[in-house]
Amino acid sequence: MTAPLLKVDDLHITLEGDGASYNAVENVSFEIGRGDAFGLVGESGCGKSITALAVMGLLRRPLGIGKGRIVLDGEEIQNASAARLRELRGSKIGMIFQEPMTALNPLSPVGRQIAEMFVLHQSASWSEAMDRAEDALRQVRVPSPERRIRDFPHQLSGGMRQRVMIAIALACRPDLLIADEPTTALDVTVQAEIIDLMAELCAAKGTAILMISHDLGLVANMCRRVAVMYAGRIVESQGAEAIFATPRHPYTKGLVDSLPRLGERSKRGRQRLREISGVVPSIAAYPSGCRFNPRCPSVTDICRSAAPDVTALGDGLVRCHHHE
Amino acid sequence: MSDKIPSKLLELDDLAVHFHVGSALKGGVKTLKAVDGVSLEVKPGECLGLVGESGCGKSTLALSIMGLQPPTRGNIRLNGHELSARDRMETARTVQMVFQDPYASLNPRQTVRRTLADPLRIHGITNKTEVEHRVMDMMAKVGLRADRADRYPHEFSGGQRQRIGIARALILQPKLVICDEPVSALDVSIRAQIINLLLELKDEMGLAYILISHDLGVVEHVSDRVAVMYLGRIVEQGGWQEIFEDPRHPYTRALIAAIPDPFHRADAKVARAKAHGEIASALNPPPGCHFNPRCPMKANRCISEMPALEAVAEGHRAACHFRNSAA
Amino acid sequence: MKWGTSTWVGGSLVAIAIGVAVFAPWIALTDPVMDANLMNAELPPSWEFPFGTDAQGRDIYSRICYGARISLTVGVVSQICNSLIGVTLGLTAGFWGGWWDDVVSGLTNLMLAIPSLVFALAIMAILGPGLVSLVIALGLTSWSYSCRIARAQVLSLKSQGYVQAARILGYGDFRIMFTQVLPNILGPLIVIATLGMGGAILAEAALSFLGLGIRPPFPSWGSMLSEARDQIRAAPWLSVFPGLAIFFTVLGLNLLGDGLRDILDPQSQTRRA
Repeated sequence: MTAPLLKVDDLHITLEGDGASYNAVENVSFEIGRGDAFGLVGESGCGKSITALAVMGLLRRPLGIGKGRIVLDGEEIQNASAARLRELRGSKIGMIFQEPMTALNPLSPVGRQIAEMFVLHQSASWSEAMDRAEDALRQVRVPSPERRIRDFPHQLSGGMRQRVMIAIALACRPDLLIADEPTTALDVTVQAEIIDLMAELCAAKGTAILMISHDLGLVANMCRRVAVMYAGRIVESQGAEAIFATPRHPYTKGLVDSLPRLGERSKRGRQRLREISGVVPSIAAYPSGCRFNPRCPSVTDICRSAAPDVTALGDGLVRCHHHE
Repeated sequence: MSDKIPSKLLELDDLAVHFHVGSALKGGVKTLKAVDGVSLEVKPGECLGLVGESGCGKSTLALSIMGLQPPTRGNIRLNGHELSARDRMETARTVQMVFQDPYASLNPRQTVRRTLADPLRIHGITNKTEVEHRVMDMMAKVGLRADRADRYPHEFSGGQRQRIGIARALILQPKLVICDEPVSALDVSIRAQIINLLLELKDEMGLAYILISHDLGVVEHVSDRVAVMYLGRIVEQGGWQEIFEDPRHPYTRALIAAIPDPFHRADAKVARAKAHGEIASALNPPPGCHFNPRCPMKANRCISEMPALEAVAEGHRAACHFRNSAA
Repeated sequence: MKWGTSTWVGGSLVAIAIGVAVFAPWIALTDPVMDANLMNAELPPSWEFPFGTDAQGRDIYSRICYGARISLTVGVVSQICNSLIGVTLGLTAGFWGGWWDDVVSGLTNLMLAIPSLVFALAIMAILGPGLVSLVIALGLTSWSYSCRIARAQVLSLKSQGYVQAARILGYGDFRIMFTQVLPNILGPLIVIATLGMGGAILAEAALSFLGLGIRPPFPSWGSMLSEARDQIRAAPWLSVFPGLAIFFTVLGLNLLGDGLRDILDPQSQTRRA
């Protein structure tokens, strides 16, 4: 069996604040194989984005890695130097963020920002790099790239900017692309196109994807495997199709059931949506035991007292005392 | 107000809102046609879903209906009366709005009680016991505990804040509520609570809604009729079933195809329906049918001639030259 | 209401300053004007004259006690005038926009372009010297900062959902301005006002020095300071003690301003609770 490209093992991320220390992320473990697509799904504050930041070595105080290992291509990187991490970002790990306007330098033409990747990471000359930048723009299907390379970010639409971000992220053929809510700020029809583009390019270049999103449907469409996070822990992980068909954790089940799905109404008439009661807990007030227990429909005493362990189930895993 | 219930609560007739942007010194003034010839109606107690992406004019349309944005052309009739600046208070008692962002839409310096009581006082209900009674009644209706009345917005979660926003919109007992993306800023696990609440209140208080949303799943679940907007115009409207099961405009089909639902895995038909490229700027819309640069069915006629919104079936209209051909 | 440390410290300093001003006749050791005695001229601090004496042999401590009356009145009252003018203009200009905004912005720029002291001088020249004209002159001439800040804050708040909601609910313009907008922009305005009080105390000194403010021999902190300028090496106590009085009062006002800002913010109230 070949070693996975990325292995996150028992990751804990601590948050210091108000004289107390919290575990913002606890026991998070997952693996991504070469060329694979893996999705991390959860609501705001569940720890999915800071998990991605940890992988990129971008955690800053008051956040820090408390415990655990992050292994990229056989190299442990959780304690790597800032210089080494800088080298890895761009050459081995590419990144796309939610709001491309804030991730791009507003004062530099987009062609230059793509070319910079070749100059920095592959020691190309500027003129060569600019040629390759034009190619990169063509690959992400920006129309008339020979003119667009001279445009500044504010001259492009949101979708075009996100294409530029993809071009930058994939410029040096990284092994892993981390996409944090890459389409949340975009319109739905544009989102569909960007997702298709990302999937297509990554498949062509053999780049693995770690996709972070709150949208279970989007992630399941794009990724082969999906992990669902709730309040700092992974509660379930499965193949993308199985997670919709047979969700095992009550939280995942609740998510799948609670949203109106297109076509349901004409099949069965308007049914009252199944609600997940209660509110998402804040980090300072995580409940003891299973963190979903105050909202769980099948809660029992043990859920309130003991945190459930991870149980392997088929090709997935679930963290619940009462999994089926 | 008259006692007879008019058959139409809201009528828009060829409504247009144009803005002049830019300056004569810097490259000349351009006309932005945010809303361009929209005709709509909402009957008492029905929910109209208004679907569209950024720049389609749905927010401007909402402001016009609220009387906050004077139209350039066309008529707005509420309860059979022309909307005019003079009866601002009457409008307030007829139409209200629920906002997208539950954080920015509540005054951080006002308690829930004040947020709900002030509008009553402004509208002439000054009897203390009656105000208190109405505030408590409304809090109960939206599922807020009475002992939370003296708390400030930051002490509530996003979902609870949205309940406060809904209570504020309903406190004057309006007939029509414009819900502008009411759940899209909420955590996924909270959305169902708010959607259910909106539907319950609709039945209980006999409300009509205009639901502005880009989430077609929510629109299908809640709406009775649906209108799809693209760059200031309505491109298709009809009953929810017709829109979702027999969409006739390629843009409507593209919206449906764009939904990332694993049960709708990309088959050939869906792939063909997808739109390409970016939404054009409303400042400079493409000639002919505004959707033509992104349309998979584009023909020469689409560039030269703007299609009118014409009937496909009873109550179902689409603005496409090929509205009667199969996808 | 929860009072933070800064409110307590600032409040105490301001309370002391006000107490000194109110009770000056009882706590002063000598008469600040009449008890000139050239035999005692420019004595360093001692048991008899705790803060020393000035060139006319008057007790500095007593003069500071009486000077508090003038300096605090000028500082606080003129700044209240400035805030009222600035906030009213800024709030309405930002809220209504249009020609009114152009007028107010033009006026603000004019006020910023010409030193406010020159304006004050002109007003004083018309009104003649004295405490009342001093307060009027300073109270009409430095509202441009609070006006600018108020206007900028209104512009960013105007599009907030709750301001729109108030409009939709039928709130009138003034009601929106005073119940929805003003409470949410009070924080920076209070800070600007308290900073301005220190400035007004010093401006009073400058006008008094030019002979347009408080006429000697009546004391104010500013005029004491400007009289002491030449003696700063020979008799440092002449400037140090009025300087400290101004310093602690301004510090107290600023701390109190910060504290008030927090007290008025419901969010920081529960955070501390």
